[in-house]
Amino acid sequence: MTTTSWNRDAVRRSATPMRRRLARVAEPYLYIAPTVILIVLIMLVPLVIGLSYAFRDIQLLDPFSGGFIGLDHFRTLWTDESFWQAMKNTVLWTFASVALQFLFGLILAQLLNRPFPGRPVIQALVFLPWAVPSFLSGLDWAWMFNPVVGPLPHWLAAVGILSSPENILSDPDLAMWGPICANVWWGIPFFAITLLAALQSIPSDMYEAAAIDGAGPWQRFTRITLPFLAPTIAITVLLRTVWVANFADLIVVMTNGGPADRTQIISSYIFTQAFRQLDFGYASAIAVVLLVLLLLYSFAILVLRQAMRIPS
Amino acid sequence: MMAPALRRGSYWTLHYGLLAIYLFVALFPLFWLLKVSVTPNDLLYSEGIRLWPSRATLEHFRFVLAHSDFPLFFRNSVIVSAGTAIAVAIIASLSGYAMSRFQFRGKFWFIGLMLITQMFPLVMLVAPIFKMFSPLGLTNSLTGLIIVYTAFNVPFATFLMQSFFDGIPKELEEAASIDGASRFRAFRQIILPLTLPGIAATLGFVFTAAWSELLFALMLISKTDASTFPVGLLSFVSKFSVDFGQMMAAGVLALIPACLSFLLIQRYLVQGLTAGAVKG
Repeated sequence: MTTTSWNRDAVRRSATPMRRRLARVAEPYLYIAPTVILIVLIMLVPLVIGLSYAFRDIQLLDPFSGGFIGLDHFRTLWTDESFWQAMKNTVLWTFASVALQFLFGLILAQLLNRPFPGRPVIQALVFLPWAVPSFLSGLDWAWMFNPVVGPLPHWLAAVGILSSPENILSDPDLAMWGPICANVWWGIPFFAITLLAALQSIPSDMYEAAAIDGAGPWQRFTRITLPFLAPTIAITVLLRTVWVANFADLIVVMTNGGPADRTQIISSYIFTQAFRQLDFGYASAIAVVLLVLLLLYSFAILVLRQAMRIPS
Repeated sequence: MMAPALRRGSYWTLHYGLLAIYLFVALFPLFWLLKVSVTPNDLLYSEGIRLWPSRATLEHFRFVLAHSDFPLFFRNSVIVSAGTAIAVAIIASLSGYAMSRFQFRGKFWFIGLMLITQMFPLVMLVAPIFKMFSPLGLTNSLTGLIIVYTAFNVPFATFLMQSFFDGIPKELEEAASIDGASRFRAFRQIILPLTLPGIAATLGFVFTAAWSELLFALMLISKTDASTFPVGLLSFVSKFSVDFGQMMAAGVLALIPACLSFLLIQRYLVQGLTAGAVKG
């Protein structure tokens, strides 16, 4: 059977006309062509154009703008206090959001890992915030923090965190924690889902053997679970850090960067410059700085990984 | 024998107790949205922090559905999200299939291209895409949004579809090609029907992503006729920021399609990721 079909195949192949052979070589490229065309036209070309804007004076409402101005935008940026404030805010925003999302996500993944009655329903419900559109979670939390319709200021005042039920979003010292709360609420499911998937790939006999050897729950967690999860944790936290640093939706919706730039992060500052000031040149210059920072971050991570690998 | 049983009992108390806290935190903001949306205006301030108003009403929903532009925004968002989801599903199943089944020259660069698109901040593209699209008539246009969202979602969807194609044995196409079917016909008639769960997951993910997108919609759309739901809701909020009942009723409406598509994909979430993790 196999020999005859192989023979037939060989005969057919030698008889294949040039055009069909060409079609066979071209086939994978035809499958990927739409993807490549879309990515190049809608993402790479604008990226390059955007990089060039950073060195040009592009004001949407000014028909005489468009000239090359070299590094002028970057000189302005160096003395722009809003920009430096945004840098500081980005660090707080990213670090606090990712750390809290990760911590609560890890606990949730642990809780959902073992089967128990009602798990499918509870799992679907605790993951629900992930499905809420980001603009809506921003609005929802802004309303929750509003003392007129929301309960949070009253609760916070009742337990003594706030001296009076006021909106923390208009308090320059506390405002950043509003979007952070919304972001943590919204991002816990992502970490929980990813970590749960990793937890379920740990062979359960590892735990059984450890339990027989007398290891307690905490020992099992630190000696088995954490080492197994380490690669997943590392990659998820690193990628998520970049993602959260770029995530401007909640801030644009909840505070628009205010009060007095105290919640402005770099990516929301880029958006504000482009969307409200219509200053595309300056927006692109900030974007270039953000891109360089992200590249440095990724590079530092690679170096760190390399350094950590050598001793072992 | 008493002690371990007791310890197990208190373990499960703690377990369910913690889960109850998670459930409360996850659901309370959504519950509050619903609560305010059914609170009549005259009770809104006097019963501000009561958990449920003494009298519930659907008047805000009625008003939003009959006298506002929200049905139009809703329709626009459905067109954009469904259009994007379908376009991405088609394009990504083709490229995901190529990634799963072919070794071709340039594959490395193709993967690199898609990974790069996942790394840089998309907010960088807001200004240049606006500049590119406005002479083409693609601003204030749903088609323009569909094109942008399709490009943004195709790379992730390609990797997702590839993992589903990887799960289907290659022998199926080999058998079909011995029977004389062309490869593309085998792909369409044999392989695609088997990846329907994968296509459903892709549709769900992409629909949710397009439904939620805010920044590009704000930048590219300035006319009411072409506004998507986020744009419409935000302009409503900045114009009528005292009408909490109506705003939250509109918010509840925006939540419905997102929750439906979440129900569609939530069972693939952990399974899909676990399969990926096992494969390494």
